[in-house]
Amino acid sequence: MPDDPTKVMGRALLEDGGYGTRSQFETAVKARADNPNDMTSWSYTPLADMKGNLTPSGLHYERHHGGIPAIDPAKHFLYVHGMVDQAKKFSVADILRLPSITRRYFIECSGNTYEEWAKPKGKNVQFTHGLLSTSEWTGVPFATFARHVGLQDDASWVLGEGADAAVMTRSIPLDKMLTDGLIAYGQNGEMIRPEQGYPLRLVVPGYEGNMMIKWLRRLQVSDRPFMTREETGRYTGLMPNGRARQFYYSMDAKSVITFPSGEMLLPKPGHYEIRGIAWSGRGRVQAVDISMDGGKNWIPARIDDTPEAMSSVRFSCPWFWDGKPAILQSRCIEDSGYVQPTRTELIRLRGDHFFYHYNAIQSWAVAADGSVSNVHV
Amino acid sequence: MSMFRAIVAAVAMLAAVPLIASASGDPAIDTIGSPVSPEELAKFFVIMPDGEGLPPGSGTAAAGLPLYAEKCAMCHGENLEGLEGTGAPPLAGGRGTLATNKPFKSVESYWPYASTLYDYIWRAMPFHEPGSLTPDEVYSITAYILSFGKIIDEGTVLDAKSLSEVKMPNVDGFYVDNGPDRLIYRAQGGATSK
Ligand code: HEC
Repeated sequence: MPDDPTKVMGRALLEDGGYGTRSQFETAVKARADNPNDMTSWSYTPLADMKGNLTPSGLHYERHHGGIPAIDPAKHFLYVHGMVDQAKKFSVADILRLPSITRRYFIECSGNTYEEWAKPKGKNVQFTHGLLSTSEWTGVPFATFARHVGLQDDASWVLGEGADAAVMTRSIPLDKMLTDGLIAYGQNGEMIRPEQGYPLRLVVPGYEGNMMIKWLRRLQVSDRPFMTREETGRYTGLMPNGRARQFYYSMDAKSVITFPSGEMLLPKPGHYEIRGIAWSGRGRVQAVDISMDGGKNWIPARIDDTPEAMSSVRFSCPWFWDGKPAILQSRCIEDSGYVQPTRTELIRLRGDHFFYHYNAIQSWAVAADGSVSNVHV
Repeated sequence: MSMFRAIVAAVAMLAAVPLIASASGDPAIDTIGSPVSPEELAKFFVIMPDGEGLPPGSGTAAAGLPLYAEKCAMCHGENLEGLEGTGAPPLAGGRGTLATNKPFKSVESYWPYASTLYDYIWRAMPFHEPGSLTPDEVYSITAYILSFGKIIDEGTVLDAKSLSEVKMPNVDGFYVDNGPDRLIYRAQGGATSK
């Protein structure tokens, strides 16, 4: 490092290979979950380090059930068949020729924050909420493919299948596919990363991440759901009476304060800017409220960007910390009027063993010494 | 442009369209994507609860036991308990626990359809060698897992017909509900979920 960068020549054009790298002073990376088997595991996005609403593609959280496949796009096809007039396959080159759209959507694993049902478990916001990322997705609406193959009268479900070792499968209601289902190839302006489904990923906005089939190779149209492992034995929510809610797809309104958050230290009393992320899988974020006293009083936060459907927003709120213990919370209000529930409320609604779709208000306790930790109130 | 010339131009444009368009009226529709035959699609499968998609073949628990021991037990355990450190879930146990405060989910206690077990094993297991089992092997291993969980008799021969007739203990344990929770619209301290 030169003492004075104005006194020496800088680095030459393209010296880093032409793709670009972030500053050597930036070190935030994804963190792996504590799982025995890295081939079916997940990694968390470092949410506290995010500087805007979009997640850099390289920091997008990951969930794989059989490792990341290596796929040559020249040999990859999307088959669309089943209850259609003419089954067809589309090469990646074919799909790139079709009219495309570009939309910003979040993707959240329905297991995000699952460890918080029982106790305050995640030490920091990366581990509590990091199975959430937002990207700009580019691709071809499913409706375009539907016109190419012709849907039959009783068609009502579509199976998405991945070309990975797990040959991941989920059934998606045809209604959803025709509303906003997207066969995506672009993420944040470039081809989707291998971890995110290169070359094709199914994006079903606002639905649980597991349905957004990566490495998409096949769409089979049917008149009934396929009852795959992921939508029966997994990704179903057990209620206290022992029965389980199935096809709970939508990621309900949720928010989290990323600054200050777990494991941070406020150096001294004074002015701080509370920051965070809010999102909703059923609509648009209408507003975000902040509480500094564990939910007794609420004030509106500022929304820092333009809310979009099934996407996330950044929010912020100025705060003067007087040096006394405080409990910081945020709650998301969706445009439908739905308000993010407290943990007590969520447990009243679903009991203790629902496992997926935990969207309760997160509490961060600021101690008198400035240290911040995950608590339940 | 005079009205007359405008009409002539419009008609000429309309007439020109069929030259570049297909019968469906959209040039892209017939030139992008290629038709596929049932033979080409035969490499794919998905198995439905009513047995649609099940391949020909059959198997028994007796034939499945040595296959399970050789190909599955190293991760799922001799007693189907799921070995720690492998990430492999238990495949049996937990019946009657779903409504308790310690619910134990397994194929035996939780999965609603035997078709799903066949589909998943054929698709993704053994974990380190996915897609390596023959249909008869999958029938046999499925029979072994189901008879271990006392869902079918030891002697049952599983094939496309008998597998689709298997009634899983938790078949009625699911209901469709995409939320949002109706209860959230009732006052705090009101009714709780069942
Ligand atoms: C190398 C270890 C390993 C071997 C060998 C193995 N499995 Fe698995 N199995 C796993 C893992 C890991 C999972 C979880 C995968 C996931 O969730 O992504 C799994 C999941 C399953 C499931 C789903 C269970 C559930 O509750 O969701 C079934 C059924 C299954 N395996 C059956 C088998 C059978 C049958 C064999 C032998 C043919 C086998 N496995 C061999 C590791 C293994």
